[in-house]
Amino acid sequence: MISVDRRALRNFDWLSLAVALAISVIGIMTIYSATRPLSAEPHPTFYLRQIIWLSLGVFALLATAWIDYLWIDRSARVLYAIGVALLILVFFLGRTGMGAQRWLSIGPISFQPSELFKIAYIIMLAHYLSTLRSPLDARSLLKAFFLLTFLPFLLLVKQPDLGTGLIIVMMFLALTAARGMEKRVAVLLLVLSLISLPFLGNVFWEGLKDYQKSRLVAFIEPETDPTGIGYQLNQSKITVGSGKVLGKGYLHGTQGPFRFLPEKHTDFVFAVFAEEWGFLGSVFLLTLYMVLILRGLDTALKAKDDFGRLLALGITFMFMMYLSINIGMTMGLMPVVGIPLPFMSYGGTALLTNLLCVGILISIRMHRFELFH
Amino acid sequence: MKAQAEKEKISLIGYIIVAIFFLLIMRLWQLQILQGNEYRKISESNRLRIVRIPAPRGIIFDRNHVPLVKNSAYFFASVIPGEFDHGKLPVLAKLLKMPAEELLARLSASQATPFVPAKLKQGLSLKEIAYIEARKSDIPGLMIEAEVSREYPYGELGAHLLGYLGKPSPSQLKEPSFKNIPPDMFVGQWGIEKLYDASLRGTPGQKIIEVNALGRQLRLLQERPPVKGDDLVISIDIDLQREAERAFGDRAGALVAIKPTTGEILGMVSKPSFDPNLFTRGMSREQWLSIAANKKNPMLNRALQSQYPPGSTFKIVTALAGLETGAITPDMKVDCRGGILLGNRRFGCWRKEGHGILSLHRAIVESCDVYFYEVGRRVGIDRIAQYAAALGLGQKTGIELGRERQGVVPSTAWKKETSGMPWFPGETLNAAIGQGYVAATPLQLASMMSAVANGGLRYKPSFVVHSEPAIAGRLTANPYNLEIIRKGLFGVVNERSGTGWAAKSYLTTVSGKTGTAQVVALGRGAGALHERFQDHAWFVAFAPHEHPEIALAVLVEHGGHGGAAAAPIAKTAIEAYLRPKPAPDTADH
Repeated sequence: MISVDRRALRNFDWLSLAVALAISVIGIMTIYSATRPLSAEPHPTFYLRQIIWLSLGVFALLATAWIDYLWIDRSARVLYAIGVALLILVFFLGRTGMGAQRWLSIGPISFQPSELFKIAYIIMLAHYLSTLRSPLDARSLLKAFFLLTFLPFLLLVKQPDLGTGLIIVMMFLALTAARGMEKRVAVLLLVLSLISLPFLGNVFWEGLKDYQKSRLVAFIEPETDPTGIGYQLNQSKITVGSGKVLGKGYLHGTQGPFRFLPEKHTDFVFAVFAEEWGFLGSVFLLTLYMVLILRGLDTALKAKDDFGRLLALGITFMFMMYLSINIGMTMGLMPVVGIPLPFMSYGGTALLTNLLCVGILISIRMHRFELFH
Repeated sequence: MKAQAEKEKISLIGYIIVAIFFLLIMRLWQLQILQGNEYRKISESNRLRIVRIPAPRGIIFDRNHVPLVKNSAYFFASVIPGEFDHGKLPVLAKLLKMPAEELLARLSASQATPFVPAKLKQGLSLKEIAYIEARKSDIPGLMIEAEVSREYPYGELGAHLLGYLGKPSPSQLKEPSFKNIPPDMFVGQWGIEKLYDASLRGTPGQKIIEVNALGRQLRLLQERPPVKGDDLVISIDIDLQREAERAFGDRAGALVAIKPTTGEILGMVSKPSFDPNLFTRGMSREQWLSIAANKKNPMLNRALQSQYPPGSTFKIVTALAGLETGAITPDMKVDCRGGILLGNRRFGCWRKEGHGILSLHRAIVESCDVYFYEVGRRVGIDRIAQYAAALGLGQKTGIELGRERQGVVPSTAWKKETSGMPWFPGETLNAAIGQGYVAATPLQLASMMSAVANGGLRYKPSFVVHSEPAIAGRLTANPYNLEIIRKGLFGVVNERSGTGWAAKSYLTTVSGKTGTAQVVALGRGAGALHERFQDHAWFVAFAPHEHPEIALAVLVEHGGHGGAAAAPIAKTAIEAYLRPKPAPDTADH
């Protein structure tokens, strides 16, 4: 099953690996700084746990990279079925954390099935779309939506993990658009979504939990609620802005350790980084992300088949969406949705998943010259 | 062909991605570079707190260095609203023994500052502190805080004099002298505490601390220690004050004692009094009503804010005017038959059966009204007024303690001005014995006695020991005439049938004069009157006769006759002051 081939090794994408590792290490450093205690208390072990997950992730990345992604294509249905099964399982057995039922425990390890499901979904969607004739007609589009997307979307929103749910739908739209659809289908989709927007908006709003509503309100008027979500948004902007050009210096940030910025080591880890490293550091970090994402795009371009291209595009889109939504909300450009920053936010399952994705990208790139399976 | 289209599509996606990155970087630029200074400042102020360290207030000592006030710790229970669990409200209410609604009201009042402790109950006793401390861990956010507060160990004693502390009122905070006073700082609001507030107050220190989002101190960055306020030694003798107040008992009235050689106030009593501790610690509604709505008005400083007809004590003025103007001689004889007729109106003597033939000395000793009617008739009201003014009556003494009343010294011009009516001769007779229009505060009469005792110098009353006395006025009188009057005053206390016999002391030689101020013009001896209509009793005195060291005036409201009601209080005060004292314990500061 695993075929290590000299030529493949020569084509190994060291750049993607190096950049992903660099960002992960920066993430662990930032988590270390954000959670450092100010008195003689012991240092919280978040960074240690993240190091363990990183080691696991690197192992998973290397393993995935060596697998010919053809095998991924073939096992797409199985992976998808497992993913949905996990989502259903979490619905019944999930451990509640932070107001949402998101975790599953196996022995001592807890993980978030929704993170793992993301890859399964991208693989399945890429697999399915690659079997369809391009451009897509209305029938196959609807089929792809209702067969693959609708059920997991409902399950995710029920958790509630609104962030991942929306990402799934956006992935669907982006990937089908990238695959290409008939002009009239595209126009129809556009018109339909424009018409249904107010209606959906209403249903959407009614379906939101109170804290989700208040996040939206707080985004529009941060000052209305200075201690709640509006407080979070304000403090996040203060944290980023106070970094100025050169930053306060590593381990000299104040907003996180002094507990002014909640979620400092998870969703708002970028703010802590921007505070300590300033504008220059932040631009450097964004450049690393851009290199990784453009490299993924290049992999999509160079992929030898439609599945590979769609898979690489899907992964790249996912990274891009997570990154822009997370950093956007950190800097007050978007409402606060619980979306982590890939590779940097504390969270083992997410880190593992993201490294796995990089592994897939490397695999697609590495195996592009193998014409015969 | 198809590959070309794919390539174009992917590079379009690439451009979109780069554009998004560009957008994010623009936002970074905006936050970190354009608004960076502003956000840096906010993050600093997030983290740094400037905490005021209150300065210990200066201690006020009496003239013998006995401390009259204390700075003591004062405890209150607070809750950090941001940490408080509202489900614990019933437990908290039980613990603090306060209604839950009141706690809720106080908590919601400080909702805007969720990390600043909200004061819930003030003035905790040690027992309450122990009780709360033991159960504190059940209620998140509950804490006991301490502040330094002022304690008045003598309670009601000299309360009008010492005054009390309070938080500045909103209108005070607008005044320039309150520029650097934080609104929650206690400042002198009354009495000496207010008068010398600037020097007693001291300079608060401050510390800059690093805090977390819960306001907990993490690190001390900078500290400037407070400077204690200056101690103040005031001229009061607490022994005199204590014994005089005790002598008043439940009776309303006032006493002012002055040192004749300097004008220092040795004691100042105003009864009923109040407990200044209530003002500084905060009092209940009932306690406040018992002070504010009390008909006897305990907040009034009767020593200087209340004026009464001086009664026979005014005969000192009349006698001096007669002697100085030459209208009478000490040997002038008058035959008192219990009253005289002026026109068709009869003016009686307090002794209905009359005093018989007497000269000035005996007239003073026995306080014969008829004699002084004659003196008044001879001198005339305007010359009486002139000497009354020279002795400080009808004008403010200049004491810097509350709103002082100036009393009334009537004259023909005064009457014309105030009522437009001419002066009637009968009014002169009334004025000559200190009734009618004449009115004076106890402070004015004490000041008058001080001038009589020291040969005519009037000092501005002061509370400061060893300061250069400020002269308020000088009586230019023949020392021989003053000596005649002083001898008369000696006789009042020490001679046979003197009206002030009750002030006679075996410790020193007291000279004084009784007075009875009519409350309503009823016929004398109208029987047992309601207390409300009883006359006010006066006694003015100085001692020792040869080298006066204390001059005083005592007023007992509705006390009846001066000799019986007021003279014993004067004697008590004089003896308390002149009695040899044990060496002061200076280690007690």
